[in-house]
Amino acid sequence: MGFSRYSIFSVIAEALRGHSGWGPAWRDAIPAPKYDVVSVGGGGHGLAAAYYLARHHAVGRIAVVEKGWIGGGNVGRNTTIVRSNYMLPGNAPFYEWSMKLWEGLEQDINYNAMVSQRGVLNLCHTDAQRDAYARRGNSMRLHGIDSELLDLAAVKKMVPYLDYKNARFPIQGGLLQKRGGTVRHDAVAWGYARAADRLGVDIIQNCEVTGIRQQAGRVLGVETTRGFIGAGKVGLACAGHSSQVAAMAGLRLPIESHALQAFVTEGLQPLIDNVITFGAGHFYISQSDKGGLVFGGDIDGYNSYAQRGNLPTIEDVCEGGMALMPMLGRQRLLRHWGGIMDMSMDGSPIIDKTPVQGLYLNAGWCYGGFKATPASGWCFAHLLARDEPHEVAAAYRLDRFAAGYVIDEKGVGAQPNLH
Amino acid sequence: MRINCPYCGERGSEEFAYHGDATVTRPRDGGAGPNAAWIDYVYLRENPSGLHRELWYHASGCQSWLVVTRDLRTHAIARVELARSVALARMEPS
Repeated sequence: MGFSRYSIFSVIAEALRGHSGWGPAWRDAIPAPKYDVVSVGGGGHGLAAAYYLARHHAVGRIAVVEKGWIGGGNVGRNTTIVRSNYMLPGNAPFYEWSMKLWEGLEQDINYNAMVSQRGVLNLCHTDAQRDAYARRGNSMRLHGIDSELLDLAAVKKMVPYLDYKNARFPIQGGLLQKRGGTVRHDAVAWGYARAADRLGVDIIQNCEVTGIRQQAGRVLGVETTRGFIGAGKVGLACAGHSSQVAAMAGLRLPIESHALQAFVTEGLQPLIDNVITFGAGHFYISQSDKGGLVFGGDIDGYNSYAQRGNLPTIEDVCEGGMALMPMLGRQRLLRHWGGIMDMSMDGSPIIDKTPVQGLYLNAGWCYGGFKATPASGWCFAHLLARDEPHEVAAAYRLDRFAAGYVIDEKGVGAQPNLH
Repeated sequence: MRINCPYCGERGSEEFAYHGDATVTRPRDGGAGPNAAWIDYVYLRENPSGLHRELWYHASGCQSWLVVTRDLRTHAIARVELARSVALARMEPS
């Protein structure tokens, strides 16, 4: 039997007895015949939803079914960045709520997720981009989110090692969100799983949903590789495979699946102590506590379910990095990997009911899903429990595309590969 | 990934621009018909995990539009057709 609560005392006690007493962080649950709520997908969003449901809403028995293992999907395949530097009214309050939940997460779930508010700096390279960042920063402030517009001197002081002599993409300044930063992504999955488990949630791994059973327009449960599991309500949080699972219920979604690649170099001495993004291309970089430089860029640009990408995108990402920090050319890549993103048609997510009674959808996170994990879980739990949207996620409706209320933060239209 | 252009032969995917699902068709009613057909065309996608028919434009080559049939799980390309031929075949009464 492991410790029910992690603390300095449990660490000291375990150190004295050779770490022989740590129990599993969560039970390997056997599926029960019926639950009140089943979350399909044991990624960050599904686990967070199950945790907040169990914590704040009395909905009865809850299960999370996961086709693979906890931490094996997109929650462990991202660049760990958290921020709330959004501009549009439908987005800003939601991501700021997420940021606030990150700030109290470790104490709430009693798990060290290494939340590090090291600051996220978006660099600008033209006058027009500085104007756009000033506008974004002002919009953020109007939403109560911290933002600072830095001039060149302030950027140079903060990050002196960038290439300031680049004639093609001169750095002119940047927009800084000091409360943004990074969070250890595996710990988020494990921490939510452990916290949900302790509140009685069954976490069922290696259990793939193969069908959604309904009767007269109402959901009855899910068919899985481990048998039928009855459910009063079913919440879908399936990321890149949302279209497939929703199709089991006869739904067609405004989503395309695309591969996004991420990269990590071999470990280095401390070098980058915040998150920096290159504004003239698409490149973002931070340094993990192990020392590796973690970076990424654009999605590959065409539909994909292969959890690996192609070389032209790697070249493009690395060119962005070299234009920003030429010293990157001396580093060796340790690993690179791909995750499958549920790219929505307007670049914003969906947290809503579906036309099938008792079936709820959490999808379309594009490549911003990780930072949204706590608020997504919080708002999905609210929707599942009360049948009405949480106020900060009220704009994430499934029918907004038909109704013309798209939330297009980037302003590129219904082209998922451009968001 | 390499795409076998009917005019230029096998070329790297970086020469091409992607334009998504080739199976959706633009309603020809000029907006007179029900909204549902337009919503389907603009926003909704099958997004299959398997073979996908998609539009590619050979931007840095012959500038022709192609319909490529590709397995989204492996990136293996099964077929490349000229979009023009596909569109003409679609128009023929069957």
